[in-house]
Amino acid sequence: MADLAITPPSGTAPAHDEHATSTGLPNTKLAMWVFLASECMLFGALISTYVLYRGASDVGPYPDDVFDIPYTSVSSFVLLASSLTMVLALAAAQKRDVSRMRLWLLSTALLGLTFVAGQVYEFTVFYDEGLSISTNLFGTTFYVLTGFHGVHVTFGILMLLSLVGFSAADRLPDDAAFPVEMVGLYWHFVDIVWIIIFTVVYLIPTPAPAPV
Amino acid sequence: MASVSVPATGGRGLLRRPTAITGFWSWFTTVDHKKIGIMYGVVAFFFFIIGGLEALLIRAQLAQPDSTLLNADEYNQIFTMHGLTMVFLFVMPMSSALFNYLIPLMIGARDVAFPRINAYSFWAFLFGGIFLYSSFLLGGAPNGGWFGYAPNSTTDPSIGMTFYAIGLLITGVASTTGAVNLAVTVINMRAPGMTLFRMPVFVWMGLVVQFLLVFSLPIITIALFQLLFDRRWDTAFFDPTRGGDPILWQHLFWLFGHPEVYILILPAFGIFSEVLPVFSRKPLFGYQFVVFSGIAIGFIGFGVWAHHMFAAGLGPVANTAFGVSTAIIAVPTGIKIFNWMGTMYGGDIRFTSAMLYSVGGVAMFVIGGLSGVTHAIVPSDYQQTDTYYIVAHFHYVLFGGAIFGIFSGFYYWWPKAFGRRLGEAAGKLQFWLLIIGFNLAFGPMHILGLQGMIRREYTYPETLGLTFWNQVSTVGAFLIALAVLMFIVNVIRTHLKPRAEIVEDPWDARTLEWMTTSPPPVHNFDEIPTVHSLDEFWHRKYVEDERTGRLVPAQAGASDAHDDPHGGGHAIHLPSPSYWPIVSSLGLPIIGYGVLYSWWLFGLGALIALVGFYGWAFEPSVAEE
Repeated sequence: MADLAITPPSGTAPAHDEHATSTGLPNTKLAMWVFLASECMLFGALISTYVLYRGASDVGPYPDDVFDIPYTSVSSFVLLASSLTMVLALAAAQKRDVSRMRLWLLSTALLGLTFVAGQVYEFTVFYDEGLSISTNLFGTTFYVLTGFHGVHVTFGILMLLSLVGFSAADRLPDDAAFPVEMVGLYWHFVDIVWIIIFTVVYLIPTPAPAPV
Repeated sequence: MASVSVPATGGRGLLRRPTAITGFWSWFTTVDHKKIGIMYGVVAFFFFIIGGLEALLIRAQLAQPDSTLLNADEYNQIFTMHGLTMVFLFVMPMSSALFNYLIPLMIGARDVAFPRINAYSFWAFLFGGIFLYSSFLLGGAPNGGWFGYAPNSTTDPSIGMTFYAIGLLITGVASTTGAVNLAVTVINMRAPGMTLFRMPVFVWMGLVVQFLLVFSLPIITIALFQLLFDRRWDTAFFDPTRGGDPILWQHLFWLFGHPEVYILILPAFGIFSEVLPVFSRKPLFGYQFVVFSGIAIGFIGFGVWAHHMFAAGLGPVANTAFGVSTAIIAVPTGIKIFNWMGTMYGGDIRFTSAMLYSVGGVAMFVIGGLSGVTHAIVPSDYQQTDTYYIVAHFHYVLFGGAIFGIFSGFYYWWPKAFGRRLGEAAGKLQFWLLIIGFNLAFGPMHILGLQGMIRREYTYPETLGLTFWNQVSTVGAFLIALAVLMFIVNVIRTHLKPRAEIVEDPWDARTLEWMTTSPPPVHNFDEIPTVHSLDEFWHRKYVEDERTGRLVPAQAGASDAHDDPHGGGHAIHLPSPSYWPIVSSLGLPIIGYGVLYSWWLFGLGALIALVGFYGWAFEPSVAEE
C-alpha cells in the first residue's frame, strides 16, 4: 500500500483527483483513513489471538522467562519518539523548510530502524533461550504478532526513506506537506498499535502455567 | 472512443509511457474504469464456466450410487475449487465488474478515485485466480472445502491448502485495494448535487459492500496467515496437541465469512432495486427503507457469524444469542422484499429479460431466505447442519439471488456498455430454462438433506434411497449449463449482427448512467450533470402535469445532457495508461510461489513488486503534454 502515500500529486497536469471532492477531503487522505480502519481489524484479529492463547502454552519458555521489560521499554520509547520527529518533519514541510523536513524524516526513519534492529536482537536472544515460533503457543503468537508489527514499521521506514529520496531527487511537489502528512498518518498508526501491543504482551502479566 | 488523444510523454518514467488507448495491448495498460470493468467481467465469467464445469462433475458423480467417476480425493478437490471459484473468482469479481463500470457513471464521475490502483486490483485478482488454479498442476488443488476448517486444513499432507491460503491472500489484496478505491470514489467523487440520498440504490449497496470488504477481509487475512504459518513453519495456532484451538479458525473464518455472504448478495439487491422501478415505471417504493435496511444488514452481518458453528459446542448461551441475531437480520432483508413488491404493485410492468431475472431472483431469494430462517432455530439447525439442506439453502440465496441478479444486470446494462441489446427472445427462453433447471437442481436437495444426505461425501450407497432425487438434481444442473450456453450464444449472436441504430435510452431508465452515450466516451460525460433529485434522469424526461397529475414528457431542451462546452471532451485530462499496475501486481504470485518453493523466488517477487511501486510513484497520473 506504499503507493497510496508516496504517489506525489502530479504537479504539472491538473489531476482531477485532488480537485474539489464531495467531502472536501483529498481522495488520498480519505483512502488512507479507510485503509487504516482496515488495518485496525488486522491487528485486532492478531491481538485477539494472542489474548485468547495467553497462558495456554503447555511447555516453556513462558513470557516471564524471556521478557526483558527495561530493554523493550527503551526500544518502545525510541519508537514513540519517532512520532515526535514525524510531527516535526510535517511542521517543517508545511513551512516549506526542505532541509529540516529531510532531517526530521531521516531521524524518524533512523529511530524506526533502531526499533526494528532492537526487535531483531530481541528475537535472536529469545530464540537462543529456546523460544522458537513452533515451541509453544506463546512463541507462535508472540513472534507472529510482533513480527507483523515489525513488518509494518519496516514498510513505514521504506516510505520515509522514499520521501527523503524523492525530495533529494526533486520529485516532490513544492508543497511536500501532503505526502509527508500521509506517511505520517501511517507512521502514527503503527506507533499507536505498538502501545497496545506493548501493554498487552509485555506489561500485563501472564498467568502462571497450569501445573501439568 | 478515441476522441481523446493521450499525449506522449518525455522520458520521465523508467518505462516509456504507454500511449495507446485502443487496440489489443491497450487492455494491459488501461486505467479506464470501463475497460477494467469489462475485463473483470470477462475473466469472472471465464471462472464462472470453470466453476460450473466443476459443478457438473460433482453432479455427474452423484447421479449414481457408488459411483467411481471421481475418487474421494478428486471429489474433495473439485468441490473445494467449485466453492472457491464461485465465491472468490466469480461472484465477487463480477460484482466488482458491475461496480467498476457503473458506479462512476451513476454518480457522475469521470473515473474512480485511483484509476491505477483499480487496474492493480484487477491484475492482482487475475493472478490470484491463476495461482489458485496452478495448484492442479503442482501437486493437487485445495481439498478442505472453501471454509478450510482446521485441523484438517493444517494437517492435510497435500500442498493444496497451502495454495488455498496464499491464493486467497492474493485475491484478498485485490479486493482490499479495490474496496478502498470504490469506497473513496462513492464518498468523494459524486457529481454536484448528488447527495448521498440521491444516489441510486445500486451505488448505496456498492458502498456498503466496500465497507464490508474493508472490515472483514483483514480478519480472513490473519486467519490465512495463521493457517499458512501452521502449514509452512509449524506454528501451533490450530494444533490441539500443543494447546491450539481449531475453533479459533472457525471464529475468524466466519467473522469474515458471514459478512462475505452479504458481500455476495448486496450487489444483486442493488440490481433488483434499479431494474424493478424501471420496468414498473414507478419510483422505488420506500427508497430510504431500502437504503437503511441495506446498511442495517451490513452492521448486523458482523454479529451473526456463530450461526455457522451451532454444532461446534459453543454452549446454549452463545447459540441462543446468535440464533436471535440471525433471526433479526431477516427483518431488514424482509423489508427489502416488501419494498420490491410495493414497487411493482400498480406499476406499468414490462416483462423484459432483465425484469424476468429480477423478479425470478427475488422469488428464489425468498425461498432461500425462508430456509435460512429455519437454520436460525438452533435445535432445527442441529438436524440440518452439514446436510444437503444447507447446500440447498445457500444455492437458493447465492445462485437464486446473486447470480439471477447478475444476469438481470447483464440484460439491463448490456446496451449501456456495448451499445447493443442482447436478444430478448433468447433471453426470455434462457430465463425459463435457467429457473426450471435451477429449481430442479437445488429444490430436491432440501428433501435429500432432510433425509440425512451428508454434504461433501463423494458417494452414497444405493440402499439409502437417495438415488432418485440426486438424479433429478443432476438433470437440473445440466439444464443450468444449457441455459448458460444459451447466454453465451446470445452474446455472440448479438455481437455478430451488424449494429442497429444505437438507442441511447432503451429502457426509459431513471438514473445518470443513461444520460451519456452508449457506450460512454472515455471521459464518461461531456459535461458533468448537476443533480437535483433522486432519479435525476427520469425527472429531466418527465414532469407531472399540474391538472391531471399524470406524467408528461418534459419540454425539449430541458435536458442539458448533450451540451458540449468542452468540445467533445478534448480539454478533459484523464489519467493516462500505465504499465506499473500489471508489473507490481505480477510480484504477488511470484512471492506466493516463493513461499512454497524458494526464498530466491520470494525475493524476486518482492523486487518486482517494489520496482513496480517505485515506477508507479515516479510516474505522474496524467502524462505531460
